Amino acid sequence: MKAVIGLEVHIELKTKSKMFCGCSADYFGQKPNTHTCPVCLGLPGALPVPNKKAIEWCSMLGMALNCDIPLFSKFDRKNYFYPDLAKGYQISQYDEPFCLKGSINLESGKTIGITRVHMEEDTGKLIHQAIDGQDVTLIDFNRSGVPLVEIVTEPDFDNAKDVVDYLKKLQQIARYLDISNADMEKGDMRLEPNISIRKAGEAGLPNYKVEVKNINSFKFVEKSINYEIDRQTKILNEDKTPIQETRGWDENKQKTVTQRVKEEASDYRYFPEPDIPPIRWTKSEIDKLRSTLPELPQEKISRFQKQYNLSLYDTTILTEDLTTSEYFETAATAGARKISPKQIANVMINKKINIDEILPAKLIEEVTISSKKINISEEELLEAVRKILKTNPKIAQDYKKGKDSVVQFAIGQVMYIMKKKIDTEILRKLIIEELK
Amino acid sequence: MKINIKHIAKLANLHISDEEGKKFEKQLSEILNYVNQLNSVDTKNVEITSQITDLENVTREDKTSPSLSQEEALSNTKSKHNGLFKVKKVL
Repeated sequence: MKAVIGLEVHIELKTKSKMFCGCSADYFGQKPNTHTCPVCLGLPGALPVPNKKAIEWCSMLGMALNCDIPLFSKFDRKNYFYPDLAKGYQISQYDEPFCLKGSINLESGKTIGITRVHMEEDTGKLIHQAIDGQDVTLIDFNRSGVPLVEIVTEPDFDNAKDVVDYLKKLQQIARYLDISNADMEKGDMRLEPNISIRKAGEAGLPNYKVEVKNINSFKFVEKSINYEIDRQTKILNEDKTPIQETRGWDENKQKTVTQRVKEEASDYRYFPEPDIPPIRWTKSEIDKLRSTLPELPQEKISRFQKQYNLSLYDTTILTEDLTTSEYFETAATAGARKISPKQIANVMINKKINIDEILPAKLIEEVTISSKKINISEEELLEAVRKILKTNPKIAQDYKKGKDSVVQFAIGQVMYIMKKKIDTEILRKLIIEELK
Repeated sequence: MKINIKHIAKLANLHISDEEGKKFEKQLSEILNYVNQLNSVDTKNVEITSQITDLENVTREDKTSPSLSQEEALSNTKSKHNGLFKVKKVL
């Protein structure tokens, strides 16, 4: 038996304004229903006008995922009744999305197919609670209409580890492109895996699938997928078929629980959005947009390996985020001819230095000093300490009287005759031991 | 043309009686048959389109504009609670 997993990931873009209106998209932590207008409240007569930047960012993400960018694209209405969108439909893309047929390579060596990358609008936030003994749903439309990109993969995954790797890569690409914070805990990045199990000897896709929601951290991704694989395998081993349904991850119970059993196939009655004329790119517009793509993680890894002669392991860590990679490059430039890029990489990776606090130049200085320190042997140092204590007998006398401050004087004297900077902690220990 | 009136009513979030169902089913069938006449037009040389305005690339720059106040946003409803819209429990 083998798991068959496909992913739908939603990434919220960090544009200033919403997807189809000028309301601020910066809704996090704001007072409810203060970021709305007739468009995102779905009032009659309002006209949605798409955000050009959001379309460009969606297309750039598609490019980064090796997708084809069709010259012609359009928006469609996805009709459903649920109070998270006031219009009764979501503006999305159906048969002609902005990006199609991409791929991404994983650490495991596997290539995952990207089916499509399309643009849509986020929904309002629903809060379920009881008021005066009555169960109600409260709605905040601040998030309604915030640009959302959906990335759909082929059912190419067969284990949770690859899924986590894919998500981390996707998050990293979104951050490199600077189009989203892609923070799972904050809901900037949400994922819905579709999981089923293919029985041994069976070809094609299984005749059911289970969608899992409410996964808002990388930790839960792995747990919920592994839980589902176990659960479904057990059912199949009893010669039964798991129910086609939507389940949610319950962190307290450490399991997935039934949310909604789909009785019939969804009937969204997609049709072309009549309020929004289609989008047509020219070839040169796409080329121009492509030329604005920054260096992406994979490219940076290859360049770091070549330019700085580093291992894949080192470069992978150094390119995890832009701040770290930029820090490394600044330090490598500052340290040129003094210390090797490998030494800088070692310090950054092994000592886990706080790059927000120590400037690259300062780091180089410290590394240079500490590498000189290594050149002094302990015997050499001990010899110097004894020499100082011998020529300055007052040090020992004062120390015995309890004047600890003389140790500092001794350190200075040793440093003076060594003509080198020495790790003061090591030196202090040596002096105190000698004084005893 | 056969239509499933119960399914359509459900999709439209409408509650209709059996009697209404029968009436609407007949009416909707008639409308569909009427519109179906379009199928007799020869469209061999007509370009496919999903719109009639001929407009393309109508977009806006990513600039914010003022939103409604909370009071204005909620002014069309009586069903509210602490600045939020209130509806019957879903889920």
